[in-house]
Amino acid sequence: MAVDLQMPVLIVDDYATMLRIVKNLLKQIGFENVDEATDGGAAFEMMKRKKYGLVISDWNMQPVTGIELLKNVRADADLRATPFIMVTAESKTDNVVEAKKAGVSNYIVKPFSSEILKGKIESVLGKF
Amino acid sequence: MNGWPNDRGLYLQLQRLSEFINKTKAEIQALKPSVMKTDFLPKATDQLDAIVEATAAASHRIMDSADVIMELAGRMNPEDSQKAMAAATSIFEACTFQDITGQRVTKVVETLKTIESHIDRMIAAFDETADGAAQVAAGVESGEAEKPEGEKKEGKSSTLDGPALPSHAPSQADIDAILAGDN
Repeated sequence: MAVDLQMPVLIVDDYATMLRIVKNLLKQIGFENVDEATDGGAAFEMMKRKKYGLVISDWNMQPVTGIELLKNVRADADLRATPFIMVTAESKTDNVVEAKKAGVSNYIVKPFSSEILKGKIESVLGKF
Repeated sequence: MNGWPNDRGLYLQLQRLSEFINKTKAEIQALKPSVMKTDFLPKATDQLDAIVEATAAASHRIMDSADVIMELAGRMNPEDSQKAMAAATSIFEACTFQDITGQRVTKVVETLKTIESHIDRMIAAFDETADGAAQVAAGVESGEAEKPEGEKKEGKSSTLDGPALPSHAPSQADIDAILAGDN
């Protein structure tokens, strides 16, 4: 089944620069319906109000981190099936394992290219 | 009689140790830890914050220009348009440096704050406002030296340790292998 490029995507990062970069790369891939949040708490509230087809979140944020957001999402009956990609400059094995145990759909290490982003989204949502 | 040489040796060792401690105290006093706390560290932190702000502002200007290139690409012939779009994408990808730089700098600032808290404790321990370095060097106890260290702040935070150095970081392929494995 083809990926619906009109699906709402939520990107979460506390750096305005990264939000702009990811939003732009998503736009080039074909996703136009992109919302932004600057920490895990704000993102979770937005997810409660609107159904997102994909969440792409940074890990290292305050006050609510990306891993806490992931755990909250996976613990919520209405949200637990939401595809969730973690993006972080931190690539320690323990953190990757923690994210995997928490139910992350995929994990991207910064810095990354448009091709990597597209490939990871395809591995989660399917080819498009 | 049997114990005398050993006792004397022990006494001499203790005397040398005492002299060493007093000399170290004087050297620490000479470093002027209060100046380091009130002047050097805040200045260093401000400079590092300025780096983050400057790189963020520069990144946005660069991306503004990349946006213009992408807009112009739409008016070009297909071949040139593709090249211009690829160049603009490359610019956006390269701008991720700002996020990583920011995280590294933040980690350094946190380290400076940890040093600052240690200096706080050192100042309290040596009580430099009392009688000055000379008395400390002479072994005068300030009364503060035995203060407990207080609460340590360097416990693991809920965030991460910051970006690893490239030589120490697992690659995207390593990460993919972990995710695909049975860990």
